[in-house]
Amino acid sequence: MSNYQTNKPRDDNNRTSDHRNHEEFEETPTWAAVVTVLGYAILSALGWLRDFLRHIGLEEKRTAHDPNPKDFVPLYQSYECFYTRNLYTRIRDVFNQPIASVAGAKVHVMERVSDDYNWTFKFSGKKIPSINLGSYNYLGFAENQGPCSEQAIKSIETYAVTTCSTRHELGHQRYMKELESLMAEYLNVEDCMAFGMGFATNALNIPTLAGKGDLILSDKLNHVSLILGARLSGATIRTFNHNDMKDLEAHLRKAIISGQPRTCRPWKKILIIVEGVYSMEGSLCKLPEIIELKKKYKAYLYVDEAHSIGAIGSRGRGVVDYWKVDPNDIEIHMGTFTKSFGSAGGYIAGKKNIIDYIRVSSHSACYSSSMSAPIVHQIISALSIIMGRDGTNDGQKRIQQLACNVRYFRRQLVDMGFIVYGNDNSPVVPVMIFMPAKIAAVNREMLKRGCAVVTVGFPATLLTESRVRFCISAGHTKEMLNHALKAMDEVGHLVSLRYSKKNPHRRWIELDHADYDKEYTS
Amino acid sequence: MGSSMTRGDIESLATDFYDLLESFKHAPFYHISFEIFLVLAVIWLVFFRKPRAIEKKLTEREKQELIDEWQPEPLVPPVDPNHPALNVRVLDGIVGKTVEIDGKKSLNFATFNFLNFVGNSRISEKAIQAVQKYGVGSCGPRGFYGTIDIHLELEERLAKFFNCEEGIIYSYGFSTIASIIPAYSKRNDILFVDEGVHYAIQKGVEASRSHVKWFKHNDIQDLERLLAEQEVLDKKNPKKARTIRRFLIIEGLYVNYGDICPLPRMVELKYKYKYRIFIDESVSFGTIGQTGRGVTEYYDIDRQKIDLISSSLEYSIGSIGGFAVGSSFVVDHQRLSAQGYCFSASLPPLLAAAAIEALNIMEEQSTPLFETIMSKSKRLHKKLLSIKGYSVMGDEISPLKHLRLANALNTIGRLEEIVQFAQTRDITITVARYLTDEHLLPEPSIRLILNVEMTDEELEFLCTVLQEALVKVTS
Repeated sequence: MSNYQTNKPRDDNNRTSDHRNHEEFEETPTWAAVVTVLGYAILSALGWLRDFLRHIGLEEKRTAHDPNPKDFVPLYQSYECFYTRNLYTRIRDVFNQPIASVAGAKVHVMERVSDDYNWTFKFSGKKIPSINLGSYNYLGFAENQGPCSEQAIKSIETYAVTTCSTRHELGHQRYMKELESLMAEYLNVEDCMAFGMGFATNALNIPTLAGKGDLILSDKLNHVSLILGARLSGATIRTFNHNDMKDLEAHLRKAIISGQPRTCRPWKKILIIVEGVYSMEGSLCKLPEIIELKKKYKAYLYVDEAHSIGAIGSRGRGVVDYWKVDPNDIEIHMGTFTKSFGSAGGYIAGKKNIIDYIRVSSHSACYSSSMSAPIVHQIISALSIIMGRDGTNDGQKRIQQLACNVRYFRRQLVDMGFIVYGNDNSPVVPVMIFMPAKIAAVNREMLKRGCAVVTVGFPATLLTESRVRFCISAGHTKEMLNHALKAMDEVGHLVSLRYSKKNPHRRWIELDHADYDKEYTS
Repeated sequence: MGSSMTRGDIESLATDFYDLLESFKHAPFYHISFEIFLVLAVIWLVFFRKPRAIEKKLTEREKQELIDEWQPEPLVPPVDPNHPALNVRVLDGIVGKTVEIDGKKSLNFATFNFLNFVGNSRISEKAIQAVQKYGVGSCGPRGFYGTIDIHLELEERLAKFFNCEEGIIYSYGFSTIASIIPAYSKRNDILFVDEGVHYAIQKGVEASRSHVKWFKHNDIQDLERLLAEQEVLDKKNPKKARTIRRFLIIEGLYVNYGDICPLPRMVELKYKYKYRIFIDESVSFGTIGQTGRGVTEYYDIDRQKIDLISSSLEYSIGSIGGFAVGSSFVVDHQRLSAQGYCFSASLPPLLAAAAIEALNIMEEQSTPLFETIMSKSKRLHKKLLSIKGYSVMGDEISPLKHLRLANALNTIGRLEEIVQFAQTRDITITVARYLTDEHLLPEPSIRLILNVEMTDEELEFLCTVLQEALVKVTS
């Protein structure tokens, strides 16, 4: 099912942007779904057979042994680890691949070899130079040279690596105030607070915003940190179908009309939690419609812009910038510094009274060490570049380069006949591969051709929806993208990845490159 | 006399009953099956059908009125602008043995800088080299090209330091233990947790949704009582007991109290009652034990008997993050099940490099360094005890102590006055800060932390100032 957006993004002069806001999720071909399930069934059957052989002693048991006596209750149930033992381990070499360089546009992947079918690994010592299509480096700030790393190095000399103290005690440094006010300005909100870990920003702050008697309406495909935060808060959680505004409205109406379950008391407050860009789907949230709904039903809105801040929008200010909505309409802006700023940590921004409350009651502010100085200075430096404060237009160039790269890459993949999910403007490009064996095949073949990609399967995605997820960066040059597209073309041919029924299946050489090149420079 | 049935009545009843049975024999099959169906339907209706919830049949207008009338509470309650968290001291420099506040240098007894690694030139140098090689951020979770060779090196070094099979690192100290507990303990399992554990452990316990049995802080008798009660329940239902995992969650050295857990007895009980031990050694790692290897070394207990040791890298090591060490059987599970590990960006390489160098220094300086910190802690403890009017919480060898005013004088207001007075005399100390929803909110106290490089004169000066502050506050 494909859906065309009725709201179109606007450019800086509030004119409807030329670049269509098109989002598509082509349906899985039935035969592919059947073959995928069959594949998992065969793997499971083989897994049971192997488990049986291990049980009777014909095959060696390679999992580690519990050092405790046998009469202890087993730490893991056998069926819990079935998937790990029999499916995951077969293709374990494509996950957790170590690198030995900066995670920039190009990366050195450390080669691992295994003598025992992935149970143990040894490093061969060889480093494979590859184009990095897996790391979150949207604006290309993952650099070990340049003004940002220089600032970081200077700050280590001035402030040391850590303070060993919390924000409530002796960890409140002047650079934290600088970062927070700069970020608030960047987002065009009243105040902002920064934390040392993006995951913890969600998991430890949502409990302060919601509690028993509150309702949290969460998108079905929200990140684990949002779900954990919602669970820890003690509020009631209801999920609505991904990006489905009708379903969200139905939930809102039902909640206000029926009240809390059992007691029927009215809800104390309703918090809607969505993400800017969904990292596995590449879709954007429908922000204008959500804001309309939220105003109509008096709910509060929490937007997690982990993947969209810096990467989306004509000025890189995230989905708020992309849809040109008023930032004051969103109560909580949340995001991370890991993806577009080449650093680590997260932030929460909004009105001053909300941020003050978070300063007082955040678990992170009271019990965790404050952020490390070089981490903060990297963000401040990257922010200054993006905002143009450094006197150059390097920031704007990076944003435009990213947008260009994304369009170039996506269009060609779609035109070759691959099923590509997500919004045309999203730097997260998931290409469907469906079958479990192809998860390993695509990863290994792409690495042989010098491209480091990320392939994901169950349980990170649905059983039949394994995919290879590209993360485009402003640091990728046209040559790198061409190399990656050529590699994908070959691998797609080798492994049969062209599933699209809507678009014709074409080889890379058959595409009209002049057309793409024209668009690339505009 | 009541009605008694005559013989004739009984006979007619018996005849009727016989006729009924005969009619069954002659009735067509469909008739009988229909009758049986009706009987079953009646039984179901009476006994098994759940009463349907009365559906609100509201009109559209009524629904719209409900929606219009509903008023949510404000997202956050109002906050007192004078709250200490909104008026924190702003610093601008290295927070080491001394810290500069408002242009004046003062001795720092407030930060967890036990081994004085903050500002250490070797560590800073290694961190700078890491930035020059790897940049600042790692740009991805461990599963997706966020594993850098320096992470693997740090994990190996930590495992070797503790003589365990495997180590795993996390990018945030709080998330370490808060992710570890829910990775192993699920809804049906039982957690025996000390009441005095710190907040991160409480959150981990909450996230696991297991049955929690809190025992009084460091009270072995209370723990034994709970274990014995559980054993009685197990005997009643042995089949169920075989599926319930049990864990003991304790800290090596408690952040909120400064005392050490009675580990030897707990290890004995482990084999008697069959539970697994997870120790959080955030404070005891790098501060107690002859070579800084924590409580297991202090009590000379075989580390293979402890299922998992977790710790933070944010205290003695002077970096950011956390880690866990143990047997491969236990640790490897976290690589797929610990949320804070799988779904979060990995530790920035410069912080891993700083941690490796800190470990190097710990291994080089070894026994002399740790004997120094333990003996200085003892001396400070003695000196503090000699000041009448304070009560000192914490073990004598613990470098972290909690200071309270004796008797009923102990309030946060008075403690803050002491802190402010100390600052005027160039001593920086802090009141321990907690959130109000702690499981067992500790009493107000000043958390004193000893830095190994403090000289005896400086410790003496601290005690003098504390004495003067006491006089000022109680007069």
